[in-house]
Amino acid sequence: MKQFLKSCTALTLSLAFTTQVLAQEALKEIGKGEGEVSIVAWPGYIERGDTDKAYDWVTGFEKETGCKVSVKTAATSDEMVALMNEGDFDLVTASGDASLRLVAGKRVQPINTDLIKSWKTLDERMQNAPWNTVKGVHYGVPYVWGPNVLMYNTEAFKDKAPTSWNVVFEEMTLPDGKSNKGRIQAYDGPIHIADAANYLMAHKPELGIKSPYELNEDQYKAALDILRVQRTLAGRYWHDAMIQVDDFKNEGIVASGSWPFQVNLLKAEKKPIASVVPEEGATGWADTTMLHVDSKHPNCAYMWMEHSLSPKVQGDVSAWFGANPSVGAACKGNELLTDEGCATNGYNDFEKIKFWRTPVSKCETQSECVPYHRWVSDYIGVIGGR
Amino acid sequence: MSAIVQQHAIQTGRGSLAGRVSDFLWKHPHVFLTILLGPPLLWLGIIYLGSLLALLLQSFFSIDDYSGLINYEFTLATYRQLLNDANFDIIIRTILMAAIVTLFSAVIAFPIAYYAARYARGKWKVIFYLGVMLPLWSSYLVKIYAWKLILAKEGILTWLVTKLNLLWLLDAWLSLPVIGGNSLSVSYTGTFIVFVYVWMPFMILPIQAALERVPTNLIEASSDLGGTPQQTFRHVLFPLALPGIVAGSIFTFSLTLGDYIIPQIIGSSRLFIGQAVYAQQGTAGNIPLAAAFTVVPIIIMGLYLWMARRMGAFDAL
Repeated sequence: MKQFLKSCTALTLSLAFTTQVLAQEALKEIGKGEGEVSIVAWPGYIERGDTDKAYDWVTGFEKETGCKVSVKTAATSDEMVALMNEGDFDLVTASGDASLRLVAGKRVQPINTDLIKSWKTLDERMQNAPWNTVKGVHYGVPYVWGPNVLMYNTEAFKDKAPTSWNVVFEEMTLPDGKSNKGRIQAYDGPIHIADAANYLMAHKPELGIKSPYELNEDQYKAALDILRVQRTLAGRYWHDAMIQVDDFKNEGIVASGSWPFQVNLLKAEKKPIASVVPEEGATGWADTTMLHVDSKHPNCAYMWMEHSLSPKVQGDVSAWFGANPSVGAACKGNELLTDEGCATNGYNDFEKIKFWRTPVSKCETQSECVPYHRWVSDYIGVIGGR
Repeated sequence: MSAIVQQHAIQTGRGSLAGRVSDFLWKHPHVFLTILLGPPLLWLGIIYLGSLLALLLQSFFSIDDYSGLINYEFTLATYRQLLNDANFDIIIRTILMAAIVTLFSAVIAFPIAYYAARYARGKWKVIFYLGVMLPLWSSYLVKIYAWKLILAKEGILTWLVTKLNLLWLLDAWLSLPVIGGNSLSVSYTGTFIVFVYVWMPFMILPIQAALERVPTNLIEASSDLGGTPQQTFRHVLFPLALPGIVAGSIFTFSLTLGDYIIPQIIGSSRLFIGQAVYAQQGTAGNIPLAAAFTVVPIIIMGLYLWMARRMGAFDAL
């Protein structure tokens, strides 16, 4: 019965831990393309010009290499992990809260960086990032990254950018003379607890938080208390980027943690919106293109990884998604991103960003941390007013 | 003459294959029934009830706090978790919303259905049906997003209320605890309005069907015997229409109980059961708790249907 349940339930995650797959050695040389490659990606990450003709970085690759690209989009990191566990995909664009799970579950294989010519053009900070490199072994090539910025209404803040996240965590009077109560929003995902922890790192050093993703019971409790105050200030939590855009337009919302994507969208509509990475720094996401351990098309996959690092592709993706390239050269001379694009999307704030990781109980900075599934249930409680 | 009749009475079997199959099925009605009902019953049994059973079983497992992996051992710990403050809030919140939505739907739907059943004739009857059914033909999501704009702080409703100089009334309402909020679209009131709007047709149609079956002469007899309109309503019309109301309430109640899209788009972000299932299953990977949450509406609807049957909601089926 146990076996039957495992196979019929959607939770294929469990399979990753029962089926032990031996880690394979990295590819030695790139052979002839197999004619196809399949990729699990975030929506908007792999565009072939269907939505907008100018945004196409697939057609050229297919022509050049003869590898036909098929894309399966996933909406959450958990979905990505599940899809990779099912197998039959070659690549995945995994965020930091999925990449290490994939490595630990032995679902992805190490990459031979010698086979990727553009590897040395990569930003060094991305090359050896803890979310794609485990014990000196590289699992995948960095794709793009971005910060979770503080988006604000320039009219409410009288053109003076807020310097601290406290505008969304504490009740206060904004520069336009009205309270922030009911005029702020927060992200409707448990990972937002990390934003509160990040805020505490700067303002309550006595708690000793070293990473916002590794919290012991006391630190975790303090973060939840911050969020309970936030609950009294926030009318709604944002889940869908387009709904947040709408709320900034019609709901009188003036400040919220957000993505550059929404900021660019609102700016394009000439709304009085700007964004900032406050003094406490911010959380962010960094995605890695990883290769499945049982990939059937490794040659095409390597060709794609090389292609994904070309300044043109990096710049185009960044322009489309409001992200930042992992290859510095992409910031200059890209038609779609423009020369200001990187600065707009937060390229210069790298040092201030703590990238998304999955909170696990066995953490590095402390003896034991609060695991992710408790973040989920407690965040539900906080939003529910507990 | 009689020879011909006999020939017809005992007809010899037909020769063709189709004919023989047809004869066989006619002579063995049970086989015929099995072939007809088999596939749908298998579908119901395996795909529908089977997956439900698998789900039910999942709820008796638990998640390991340390590793986040599922423990495949029988336990009631997951159900105990449902009684946590935060989770219990979600259940109570959902049931209360479903009950209030149902009550108001019935109150609003009854006069509409009464008019349609008693007075609307010809062209008006067609217009009534169109009016009730039309919202069902457009996408559910489009309607909800439209409502979000209508109820927004800077939306058309606030504009209208301001023009009518009634803004103080709206503000007073929104300043009430629990049901109030920053604007209609981020309050329970907004969630409630949209729920009532979206499920209204499911309430109107069964009530109308029930009212059409109430014989006119009973109402006439009631007034002939000196009953006031109030008494007629209370003792004649309402009891006879009750099965229709209960049937409609099954729809509005169960649909509200399970919906997870409306409260996500309109409301204060506090979770309802459907959203809790989605979050536990999709984000947390806590399938046992998600399954336990799913069992709650199943039990509630089981009780509800049992009560509805006793009140005669299924008599007309």
